[in-house]
Amino acid sequence: MDDPQGRLAENILYFARALRAAGIPLGPRSVLDALAAVMAAGVGTKEDFYWTLHAVFVKRHEHSVLFDQAFKIFFRKRGYLERLMAMMSPEMTGAPAQADQPQASQRVLDALFQGAEKIEREKEEVELDARFTVSDREVLERKDFAQMTAAEIATAKDAIKRMVLGFDNVMTRRLVPRARGRRVDLRRTLRASMKSGGALIDLKYRGPSTKTPPIVALLDISGSMSQYTRLFLHFLHAVTDARKRVHTFLFGTRLTNVSRALREKDPDEALAACSASVLDWSGGTRIATSLAVFNKQWSRRVLSQGAVVLLFTDGLERDPDERLGFEIDRLHRSCRRLVWLNPLLRFSGFEARARGIRVMLPHVDELRPIHNLKSMHQLCQALSEHGRHADPKTWLSRVA
Amino acid sequence: MTKNATKLAPSSIDATLKLLADANYLADRSLATVLFLALKMGRPIFLEGEAGVGKTEIAKVLSSTLGRRLIRLQCYEGLDVGSAVYEWNYAAQMIAIRAAEAEGEHDSARIQNDVFSERFLIKRPLLQALEPDPSGAPILLIDELDRSDEAFEAFLLEVLADFQVTIPELGTIKAEHPPIVVITSNRTREIHDALKRRCLYHWVGYPTASRELEIVRAKVPGVGKKLSEQVVGFVQALRKLDLFKSPGVAETLDWATALSELDAIALDPAQVSDTLGVLLKYQDDIARLEGGKVKELLDQMQTELRAAE
Repeated sequence: MDDPQGRLAENILYFARALRAAGIPLGPRSVLDALAAVMAAGVGTKEDFYWTLHAVFVKRHEHSVLFDQAFKIFFRKRGYLERLMAMMSPEMTGAPAQADQPQASQRVLDALFQGAEKIEREKEEVELDARFTVSDREVLERKDFAQMTAAEIATAKDAIKRMVLGFDNVMTRRLVPRARGRRVDLRRTLRASMKSGGALIDLKYRGPSTKTPPIVALLDISGSMSQYTRLFLHFLHAVTDARKRVHTFLFGTRLTNVSRALREKDPDEALAACSASVLDWSGGTRIATSLAVFNKQWSRRVLSQGAVVLLFTDGLERDPDERLGFEIDRLHRSCRRLVWLNPLLRFSGFEARARGIRVMLPHVDELRPIHNLKSMHQLCQALSEHGRHADPKTWLSRVA
Repeated sequence: MTKNATKLAPSSIDATLKLLADANYLADRSLATVLFLALKMGRPIFLEGEAGVGKTEIAKVLSSTLGRRLIRLQCYEGLDVGSAVYEWNYAAQMIAIRAAEAEGEHDSARIQNDVFSERFLIKRPLLQALEPDPSGAPILLIDELDRSDEAFEAFLLEVLADFQVTIPELGTIKAEHPPIVVITSNRTREIHDALKRRCLYHWVGYPTASRELEIVRAKVPGVGKKLSEQVVGFVQALRKLDLFKSPGVAETLDWATALSELDAIALDPAQVSDTLGVLLKYQDDIARLEGGKVKELLDQMQTELRAAE
């Protein structure tokens, strides 16, 4: 039997690596800390062991969930912990058993089973939807909402990093100290001149501060959009993470506010919370009704301070009537900028023929494609340059 | 004692209701309960609701019935410490510095001490509210908080939690008797939970028909019995219409006043159509009532009123 402490150290090291891969930032220092903590606390009950590691490895509330799942899978091997407790010398491989744990998030599974090819994945695992693939970076998956691979999250996050860079700023009426401001900041001027006993007056200035405007996203989750919904939600989650004022609404046949759910730091948790609060996944679309509800109940609450509205829909309203035009017009008039993101634009021969689309087009500021990471990047850039290239009227004239 | 003698805070919910009613503010029991608790527990009260349902009025009524001073802070975007809490009187300070120099005073520490004294301090509403007042702690009305930006909201947290303000040059000023704080919001944006958590929350809704009738009769004495019933009945019917902006109580009162100015005794369709602008402020809503809809509503209301008799 080898040195029990060596075994323990090895296992904690593997566990820490798995946690790191699952998205908890851990340095080598934490592994040493964890080992010291386990030695100090002793391996008592399973619960004690859990909380000892938890105390060292988890530094933020949202990591707690990842830790919990990883711990359960990693130390699930029957009797392992018991033996560990008995003699602190278990045999343990870096890749413990089977993936038949549907409730564990795909990210944790990915992290734990990385490099262990012999382990079979579940059948309903990610299938690439090859129909829409135009580049190898574009990954669209089936509508199954619960699970997403670590690779995809990484790509989505990558897209968002660029997004934050190119964002527009609007001036607010709040004044902050500025070296080249327009107004004299008397308070700082006086303070500065007191240094010289009032002999010198060194003028200080103030200017308006800038702020990114709020974003309101209206996301169509009807059947025709279902292949995109999850990716868009990840996108919106990342935006919510990076920006303070983001409101997200989902609509199919009814309107649901999921802003709070998306504020969960962990993407899996956020998406799970979203799906729990929505009742009409992949059903029909009633765009006019949903917009009417939004206009009446929410627009005055969330569209103040120059909000930008991102409307994710294909515009395929089942039976468009005059109400659709009326509601989209009202939405347009109550926000600063209305951007329509339509995945149908992926088809090079797209023409604005459907009646719903024709009704909505005159009332939006921009019409943009959103079907792969490239178009998401373009969207991010476009939001800072006032969308000269996406004038919706060109789509109307092309058909007429 | 003056007429506005300070009264003690009401001792029960019924007393609160009566206190409000004395000032012609007819409140629901739920509102009276929240007000009573706010006064009793010394917590700020946070009132949210549509425009024109009488949120701001509550602060005014409290001020007049309790005989306290009303300090109002109207919020707007860009509101900062300089206009909400305090500001130094820079012009006077500069003059004071020059004068000190002319007199041969060269000790800069001393000049600084003189210049940053209370004499040169301009007190803005929040600071005024923390000052002792002979008639008791004042009422601080922070009106339309949703119009200010988040940065100001965060600052308010400190003031509302400890009722104190720190001025770097002077030190901390703490209220001996915390003011009665009334915050109102039209909900044009969501106020942060951290601020709401410190307050007692109440949603001010539209009143019921009987309550609204009492309000109209109390506030517009010139309006006849029949007209007031019809006015309230019509407004109540409008609120059921799913309009973009339903008329508030303020609009009802305006309309009742307008109609009594026009010497109306009862509603007739033509007059209603002509004066709709007093009630409805969106063209879409007014357009919905064109083409016989007013007459239809009036008839419907008449039958309801007759049935109620």
